[in-house]
Amino acid sequence: MVDFDPKIIAFCCDQSGYPSADMAGSLRLNIPKNVEMVRVPCAGRVEALYLLKALEKGADGVVLFACYEENCQYLRGNLRARGRLSYIHRLMEKIGLEKERIEICYLATNSGVKLVETLQRKTEELKRLGPNPCSEGK
Amino acid sequence: MKAGSNLEKILSKGLFAVTGELGPPKGNDVSVVKRKADLLRGYVDAVNVTDNQTAIVRMSSIATSSLLIQMGIEPVMQMTTRDRNRIAIQSDIFGATALGIKNMLCLTGDHHTFGNQVDSKNVHDLDSIQLIDCVRTMRDQGTLLGGEERIEGKIEIFIGAAENPFADPFEFRVVRLAKKVRAGVDFIQTQCIYDMKRFKEWMKMVRDRGLHEKVHILAGVTPLKSGGMARYMAKNVSGIIIPEEIIDRIVKAKKPAEEGIKLCVEQIQELKEIEGVHGVHIMAIEWEQMVSQITEMAGLLPRPKGE
Amino acid sequence: MIKAEQKPMEEILRSIDPYKKILLSGCGACVTVCHAGGEKEVLLLASALRMARKKIGKPLEILEATPSRQCEPEYAQELSELSEKVEAILSLACGVGVQTLVRFFPKMPVLPGVNTTFLGETLSHGIWEERCQACGNCILEKTGGICPISRCAKQLLNGPCGGSSKGKCEIKKEADCAWQLIYDRLSSLGQLYKLEEIIPAKRWGIESRDSGLRRIIREDLKI
Repeated sequence: MVDFDPKIIAFCCDQSGYPSADMAGSLRLNIPKNVEMVRVPCAGRVEALYLLKALEKGADGVVLFACYEENCQYLRGNLRARGRLSYIHRLMEKIGLEKERIEICYLATNSGVKLVETLQRKTEELKRLGPNPCSEGK
Repeated sequence: MKAGSNLEKILSKGLFAVTGELGPPKGNDVSVVKRKADLLRGYVDAVNVTDNQTAIVRMSSIATSSLLIQMGIEPVMQMTTRDRNRIAIQSDIFGATALGIKNMLCLTGDHHTFGNQVDSKNVHDLDSIQLIDCVRTMRDQGTLLGGEERIEGKIEIFIGAAENPFADPFEFRVVRLAKKVRAGVDFIQTQCIYDMKRFKEWMKMVRDRGLHEKVHILAGVTPLKSGGMARYMAKNVSGIIIPEEIIDRIVKAKKPAEEGIKLCVEQIQELKEIEGVHGVHIMAIEWEQMVSQITEMAGLLPRPKGE
Repeated sequence: MIKAEQKPMEEILRSIDPYKKILLSGCGACVTVCHAGGEKEVLLLASALRMARKKIGKPLEILEATPSRQCEPEYAQELSELSEKVEAILSLACGVGVQTLVRFFPKMPVLPGVNTTFLGETLSHGIWEERCQACGNCILEKTGGICPISRCAKQLLNGPCGGSSKGKCEIKKEADCAWQLIYDRLSSLGQLYKLEEIIPAKRWGIESRDSGLRRIIREDLKI
């Protein structure tokens, strides 16, 4: 498992995740290289299907960066995201996948450091879990 | 006389009737029936035999009622619409009357999910009011429900039903009683009464409609055994109201069971005075041995003979 | 509309276990509205099933389709071509849709992916409640527009049982007592007199399921 470099899809809300990633870049913080950022208008735009499809199509893990509770500019997008995540977690349990592979992380606009730390920690966790056994082509 | 049962005779003479209750065994052990029958004989005019109450499987009310007749006690056979469609109901009425059963209480029945066969399919082909109408049709017209077909023989049943003045919506309860009267009920046994104020209010509504002259109302009482029982019933049994002061009285009593009996006797005496109450129905659940004492203390003994 | 819930994953997986290639068909009507078997649910379940089978080393190929109304012949037949490429169809339509496919694809196993639950109403997003049992002879006129057949646990037609307490049903504490609702509704309509009428025993045997298979024929519409 030494050479395993986990692939992570990070869905970034335009109000928190994305500006934080931007900030991390300008601060030259070390974002793990195997992370693909997907910019979304709101965490609430991320359907349950996107989370599952990411895993099916090759990701080892998924992080959903959403605004803190009560910070959503669409009022409840972040809550919807959390609801969908718990639905997907239950589904993953049935499939036999570790639910740790998908997590939600709440950020403000300037949480560059927290974003990077989260992705680094996730990378380490996924290394321990090993490659996603359910993804296509594995 | 509609059926000529002891209960009917006593009520039609204008005497104050007393009925008791007997829960059949959860099996075929006749000695249980005998033991309970011995505790009730002579103290009440007739004994209700429950029909799988709280949806717990027990010896059938028809069989138990028939056993009671053999033991010299007049039964009030309860019948619920929960477990029988109209074919089974009418067939059972044929059978019950053939066995000499003359009183029947028409009930909807406790919901089957309260019992020990929760996966069963409930029937509810008829409701209790439609059941009353069905028995009345069989008795007075000599035909089956909705049919012209003559019944072979004669159905003679004194028709009873239950009513609960403590369930909601309160204003509807008396309307429901009026429907039962119109459907043909002869006597009513009420849910157990603790909230005397509400019961009196209800009886006033009954009298305002003149229903007390068309149906015999037997007021239901259940002696409280302990403070725990009082609290449990007040909290968990829908359609039973136990005022705080009564719970308090039982809880604080040095001998709660004795206090419960005393209270029950007081209640009976108070109920006797209410215009339109023609009797009491004593439901001493698994406490049948107290019925002799309660009726004695309440001055209800000796029981008159219907003849 | 018809309400349904997806079957447990274990049960679905068990039912499709013998097959390597299936068609997963949703339905664009009722089950879409109640999020049990529309296009989204088809995509999600297909993804989940493929992953589950991949995990146990028995890969599964799934074709996905969601006809507008699986219970109508025209739409069901849209699946003909796809059905020829698979060993079985897993349907997320209601029990009606499943049987429509059964009628058109005589040699194809068709498996249910949802439990058809009831005819109900959306109370709010994500909450549905039963409202009709298709008893075949509507009595809503007598009961203020509230159905005791579907909403009373004992299907009482002449008023509440003794278990009606503070507006709630003793069977399910979160459920309103249908007869309390009927009483309140007739009271606000000034029609409490309707409660005085005895509603006679229902003719289950003539009007309802109990008379055997029900069928409606409209001569004017027949081709």
